[in-house]
Amino acid sequence: MSFWEFTVDASYFIAAVLFIVGLKRMGSPRTAKSGIKWAGIGMVLATVVTLWHPAMEAGFFRYVLMLLAIGIGGAGAWYTGKKVEMTAMPQMVALYNGMGGGAAAAIALVEMYSGSAFHHGATVLTLAVVGALIGGVSFSGSLIAWAKLEGKMKKTIRLPGQQMINGGVALLTVILGIWIIASSGSAPVLVTIFFLLSLAFGVLLTNPIGGADMPVVISMYNAFTGLAVAFEGFVLGNAAMIIAGTVVGAAGTLLTLLMANGMNRSISNVLFAGFGVDDGAEAE
Amino acid sequence: MITGFVALYIFMLAAFTGYEIIGRVPAILHTPLMSGSNFVHGIVLVGAMVALGHADGFWETLIGFIGVILAAGNAVGGYVVTERMLDMFKSSKD
Repeated sequence: MSFWEFTVDASYFIAAVLFIVGLKRMGSPRTAKSGIKWAGIGMVLATVVTLWHPAMEAGFFRYVLMLLAIGIGGAGAWYTGKKVEMTAMPQMVALYNGMGGGAAAAIALVEMYSGSAFHHGATVLTLAVVGALIGGVSFSGSLIAWAKLEGKMKKTIRLPGQQMINGGVALLTVILGIWIIASSGSAPVLVTIFFLLSLAFGVLLTNPIGGADMPVVISMYNAFTGLAVAFEGFVLGNAAMIIAGTVVGAAGTLLTLLMANGMNRSISNVLFAGFGVDDGAEAE
Repeated sequence: MITGFVALYIFMLAAFTGYEIIGRVPAILHTPLMSGSNFVHGIVLVGAMVALGHADGFWETLIGFIGVILAAGNAVGGYVVTERMLDMFKSSKD
């Protein structure tokens, strides 16, 4: 193990510990403020050491691109996050969460287009495909949730036979996913169609849900993104992503159930009944 | 690579950890915690950086580039928003 391999792995370990301690502290009003700071230190540490990650084959140009992308995404999010009204917080969480889902899907796409997801056997490939699906659904679904709460989508469109259409698209996506796994060789066209279908499914699933139910839905997509990050962590062999993603996936699932409980609703009721439609119109 | 049962053990233990962290949390902290866990999965940034770092050709590089932008937005935005939410708890404690 080289010096940098050790440093990167050790830093990821420390980051994972800081995330768990930080989240634990966020669970009590007295320590909550320091919790986010602890997690933030872990994030900065993990991000900085990744520049020396052994899997990087990057030349100078690639590092410039990387820092440029971090600058664009970071500065944009910093500015919007600081500026937004306190009442508009839920949709900002949805927006940033969707970005995370999109990032997880982007990782899956790069690994599948380049063929490296196909070299490590069927389990890794399956995780890459499932991660791309969940990440894609979380990406487009969160963007719809954001648009609805932001008032950019005033009308809730419910297609006739919505559940049948959703089911059909879901089935088609799953079949394509299995096809990609069975093909066990790089299949860029299939991967592209598969990804577009997963985006479409996120839109179809979120669109009929009214504004009043959105916090529960955002929490669900938060758990989705966590899982997608964990799965792509397995694909990349990245322990920090696996642990952080899984912790968020489990914590987010429980939070979603608690929030739905608080509204005296079940998750399937929120997702499929569309009761919140009228409430949402009033809330706007 | 992390494979086989080692991977399964990590997954199982991390899932229990996530479950236990939320278990007995007052309802008032549910939204900040959602936001905080939204920040934590911003760790996807390190994966996006690695993906961009070994992407080949124009399209892979472009997707990797977009991935890093999105991931950085998740991490930074998640932090800023969570910190602002938790700021509101400061006055209530003392």
